Amino acid sequence: MQQIRGTSLLVKALQEEGVDTIFGYPGGLVTDIFDELYHHDDIKVVLPRHEQALVHEADGYARSTGKVGVCLVTGGPGAANMVTGIATAYYDSVPLVCLSGQVASSLIGDDAFQEADIVGITRNICKHGVIVNDRKNLGRILKEAFYIARTGKPGPVLVDLPKNVMVELGSDEYPDKVNIRGYKPSTKVHIGQLKKAVDLLNTSQKPIFLIGGGVNIAGAQAELTKLVELTKIPVVTTMMGKGSIDTKHPYYLGNVGMHGSYAANMAVTECDLLFSIGTRFSDRVTSKISEFARNAKIVHIDIDSAAISKNIKVDIPIVADAKEAITAMLNYVNEHETAEWLQQLFTWQATHPLTMQSNNGLTAKKVIDHINETCQDAIVVTDVGQHQMWTIQFLELNRNMQLLTSGGMGTMGYGFPAALGAKLGNEHKTVICISGDGGMQMNIQELATAVAEELPVIICLFNNSSLGMVRQVQTLFFEKNYSSICTRRRKSCPRKCSGTSDQCPPYSPDFVALAKAYGAEGIRVTTEGEIGAAFDQALKNTDGPTIIEFIIDKDDLVLPMVQGGKPLYEMILEY
Amino acid sequence: MEKRWLSLFVENDIGVLSKISGLFSGKAYNLESLTVGMTEDETVSRMTIRLISDDETFEQIKKQLNRCIEVIKVIDFTNSPIHMKELLFVKVRKCSKGDLDELFRIAEVFGVSIIDYDKESVLMECVQTESKNNALITLLSSDFQSIEVVRGGSVAIESISITER
Repeated sequence: MQQIRGTSLLVKALQEEGVDTIFGYPGGLVTDIFDELYHHDDIKVVLPRHEQALVHEADGYARSTGKVGVCLVTGGPGAANMVTGIATAYYDSVPLVCLSGQVASSLIGDDAFQEADIVGITRNICKHGVIVNDRKNLGRILKEAFYIARTGKPGPVLVDLPKNVMVELGSDEYPDKVNIRGYKPSTKVHIGQLKKAVDLLNTSQKPIFLIGGGVNIAGAQAELTKLVELTKIPVVTTMMGKGSIDTKHPYYLGNVGMHGSYAANMAVTECDLLFSIGTRFSDRVTSKISEFARNAKIVHIDIDSAAISKNIKVDIPIVADAKEAITAMLNYVNEHETAEWLQQLFTWQATHPLTMQSNNGLTAKKVIDHINETCQDAIVVTDVGQHQMWTIQFLELNRNMQLLTSGGMGTMGYGFPAALGAKLGNEHKTVICISGDGGMQMNIQELATAVAEELPVIICLFNNSSLGMVRQVQTLFFEKNYSSICTRRRKSCPRKCSGTSDQCPPYSPDFVALAKAYGAEGIRVTTEGEIGAAFDQALKNTDGPTIIEFIIDKDDLVLPMVQGGKPLYEMILEY
Repeated sequence: MEKRWLSLFVENDIGVLSKISGLFSGKAYNLESLTVGMTEDETVSRMTIRLISDDETFEQIKKQLNRCIEVIKVIDFTNSPIHMKELLFVKVRKCSKGDLDELFRIAEVFGVSIIDYDKESVLMECVQTESKNNALITLLSSDFQSIEVVRGGSVAIESISITER
């Protein structure tokens, strides 16, 4: 057995795990690791400009490729900056291995320079976190980290690497097997329980499938479509479940929840069987729990037993991987007589279609419609806010279109870096980031990364000079007391401002000029007629990113909207 | 809301206690006592946890604990035959001569050891079930001026033939 340094074993682990790209930001506690990486051409190291963005980039890479995203940062501030990124990945079940440098074991506890107890800090937002306290455990811990990240319900795993462990000589062995006695993820479906669920399905008059992100993560889109076509039972999705079936499919009714479609929210309210797969029934989905699916029996399939009966009491719980469960179901289901029920649903759909009330000017919907018309094979990544909800409402998805969004955490600043990660993992796909003027600024520095990596990502930046989602809440529920939402506000402005004046100060920053300052392209679009030309120009820029800034009306709202605590069927449909 | 008992087999590793207690605080579960110690296998520790919750929350707590990588096994001790004991120390101060006599009588009747004393203080050691310890504390605090209590939290093990809790 050859004796090698910890750094060499780490690189060997990355190679054995098939990692060809990592996201790394160097610092004093990881210089040895970066030196080792310097000598290996087979692992690309991307240098983001902030560690939060770094984790989002690894996250976008992981979500869009299905591989484990790998992060490498230094200790102290580098590690602490990862926190939001890790939490974002955790709540959306994204497989990451986050490696952080740590001070030498002998210095831990001394408040040494850049010492931070990152395992402790992230304990409640990681699937697993561990410090390597002994060189002889390094190989096993790395192997387990990748295994834990990608199996069961995927999630981020943090491995803290003390400096002395990484330079110490030790075994060159990287284990090929994992045996963790407290972690035996099972994906197998209990057939007896599944048959009971199918029986319930067969006796229901008004069944509906509620599909969450678990189906997308399991890669069960084709199986789900087959199931729907075989049974003729309509489908609604959560935000994270969108795209699990072609959004143009005749049995697809849209999203449920706070900004769900009228037909989908009514379908859940009136159904007599809610057959849910891969969702954790977040409060944004259920709204008032006692009125959620009030007439229905509920079947719940999820890989995480703790997600079952956590928020919603279910009649038939099934712990299983979505793909295995749906595949097994295909053997037992029959065509369903749902004509009358479908008729009701289609009527709701026809009388209350998703629309966007607006003046005749430029709207987010018109931009998204353009994407729908021109892109058939793209990855769309959103930030968080109104633009996110509009995208989720209006973007059409099929098997070749993918949507990435921060659902659980709702992390502003996620979109742009995640789009860069997606592009790095999918060189030949068009990647479009949809962001707002608020969220874009939370990781704007990544323009430098995008320019450096020559990533032709198109950034649709909807600028309404405000933190629009909060403004919408203030419009609807706080008597238009526009508190701290104006991004044009300056010190000289009146303290209380209705938000509409010709004398408003100019917007800062000038995104077009800023894009150029970074070496990117910038286009400003103010009218509907310019949309097509702007996209054409952006697509021609194959060497780097292009920001298209769309100036939209701050009064545009995301509707329908269910106020927090109200039942799903009490939707605000117009304002 | 009811009192519940859990016994956990966990990895004897750094941070595991913090992981378990952090789960309770992070999710606002009501943790009443937690004891932990190494088992016959030095890589495994056992925890005995007392908590108060409703049925649904209790189910959720068990699932969340099972989800932790470091947790090897979760056993519900609430209704199973077990032996459970808690170590209790009570120091009674400012005792009169009559108080001292009374304390020695109490010790005899309640099966409590007096492990140290002087002219005006007594130190009692009591290894009993938690409810008996509660009763002793109630008695001593009503009859004596100054008491100091240190409790260890319960530990429990499955019964072989009889139950004591």
